[in-house]
Amino acid sequence: MADKVLMKGNEAIAEAAILAGCKHYFGYPITPQTEIAAYMAKKMPKIGGCFLQAESEIAAINMVYGVASTGKRVMTSSSSPGISLKGEGLSYMAGSDLPCLVVNVQRGGPGLGGIQPSQSDYFQATKGGAHGDFRMIVLAPASVQEMAELTVKGFELADKYRMTSMILADGTMGQMMEPVALDFDIKERPATPWATTGTKLEREHNIVNSLSLVAEELERLNFERFERYKAVEENEAMYEEFMTEDADIIVAAFGIASRVSKNAIVEARKQGIKVGLIRPITLWPFPKAPFEKAANTAKAIISVELSMGQMIEDVKLATGCKVPVTLCNRVGGMIPSPEQVLEAIIEANGGAN
Amino acid sequence: MIMRDFKRITLLCGHYGSGKTNVAVNFALELRKQRDRVAIADLDIVNPYFRSKDSSSEFEDNGIRLICSEFANSNVDIPALPQDMYAITDDKELSVIIDVGGDDRGALALGRLAPKIVEENDYEMLMVINCYRPLTRDAESTIEVMREIEYAGHIKFTGIINNSNLGIATTPQDVLKSIKYAKEVAKLSDLPLLYTTVTDDIYNDLCDKIENLLPLSLQARPV
Repeated sequence: MADKVLMKGNEAIAEAAILAGCKHYFGYPITPQTEIAAYMAKKMPKIGGCFLQAESEIAAINMVYGVASTGKRVMTSSSSPGISLKGEGLSYMAGSDLPCLVVNVQRGGPGLGGIQPSQSDYFQATKGGAHGDFRMIVLAPASVQEMAELTVKGFELADKYRMTSMILADGTMGQMMEPVALDFDIKERPATPWATTGTKLEREHNIVNSLSLVAEELERLNFERFERYKAVEENEAMYEEFMTEDADIIVAAFGIASRVSKNAIVEARKQGIKVGLIRPITLWPFPKAPFEKAANTAKAIISVELSMGQMIEDVKLATGCKVPVTLCNRVGGMIPSPEQVLEAIIEANGGAN
Repeated sequence: MIMRDFKRITLLCGHYGSGKTNVAVNFALELRKQRDRVAIADLDIVNPYFRSKDSSSEFEDNGIRLICSEFANSNVDIPALPQDMYAITDDKELSVIIDVGGDDRGALALGRLAPKIVEENDYEMLMVINCYRPLTRDAESTIEVMREIEYAGHIKFTGIINNSNLGIATTPQDVLKSIKYAKEVAKLSDLPLLYTTVTDDIYNDLCDKIENLLPLSLQARPV
């Protein structure tokens, strides 16, 4: 009846996935992402889809592997410790060139950690996530609307490049509620001639497998896969710039940290400090271009993170260490306040104007 | 408008996102103006963040007792109930607003208290509804959620509160559009539509357009 609905971030992911044609969800409950599974449990039976609560995260990711092999859209979701458990499956999916969507609504770590929000799985998501040479497309939403939009985008990119897309959100993004418009333009899926759907005696067998018996063959597959990754890096980096045109201080932040940072930037602007935000929307591929550009004009960069400083390494690489990059952070389930970020901006400015 | 008299126990249920915690907090503050011994009880075993405990200092300032799991808003990730929850039924001098958790899973905790509440028969069990939530967008699906809550909680609804909203983005038009839905829920469930609730900033735009309109102050604000 209404154009917009009020949704939790977790629900927005679930509903957007269904709209994108995902009829298969496998997962195991863990705070703070359980609403994704709960929503799927309610909705999937009504649309002829499959919701299955697996006996563990490891089982769930292997069920995802199975459905992905048949060329169907499929997803799983979890939070930090659960994603670690899925690691083996993520590597197998990459080794088999299977598309799927994996959602990580991060909580404080390491270990069992806590249930409050965090961004400390950045390394895990962007630098591999498990054994072997592989990449995942990592999308970092900063609103409930983006939780929905990037879910659709994630499926599209996964299909396009035959790889895993990961939504890297945090507990706040999962739990907060905002109005969402769900009128997406869902694109036609690319064909899946590789899928194991039965030969009907009309074609050769398709084989989905991550085991190679010959080293030369495995090397060739790795090189081929990295050609695809190169195309992703060249074509798919996404970011938002906010008040950067004349900025001599740049704040780098994603997800919830970017929202806090925007508040601080607006406040700093009132005090006459020229500061702007670069918000990576894809964390892999990391949007290097705006940082390369900023390195020529800015006098300082501040990386605002809910971690001990993980994205800051990519910021330093992208800027070639031309400008000092400092860290402003809270960890363990805590969120930096706008005041804390403002203080860091003033310090980078060499004091108040 | 003037609010109806409170019963000793007011139970507020609704799908999470209906805004029932905000209604509960406002009701508790209103009830405290009328009575000396007032408690708000948070029986939510589902939501990890954004709980009535967020308003604990306001309750303390107003002399309202908070009956709430000591693990709410902490890292202890277990569906715990407050240790003093039996005060709700055992202390007959206490007036209580109960914030029942989420959906049918949340209402499960209510089943433990329901027989005593029904036996005493000094209660109202109110469904807070929001047509802008995806699983309660029309009257039929809302009735379905109500039946699930009644089944899990072993207690029947006695009235409806229309709190249809889109968070801080809610416009007066959004509320006006929800009235037809709210009346339909009331008709299908054969229950009275007791109030339509709105935040105080849009109350003046609507007070002569909607009957039984109640202004609420917003307790929890997003980042």
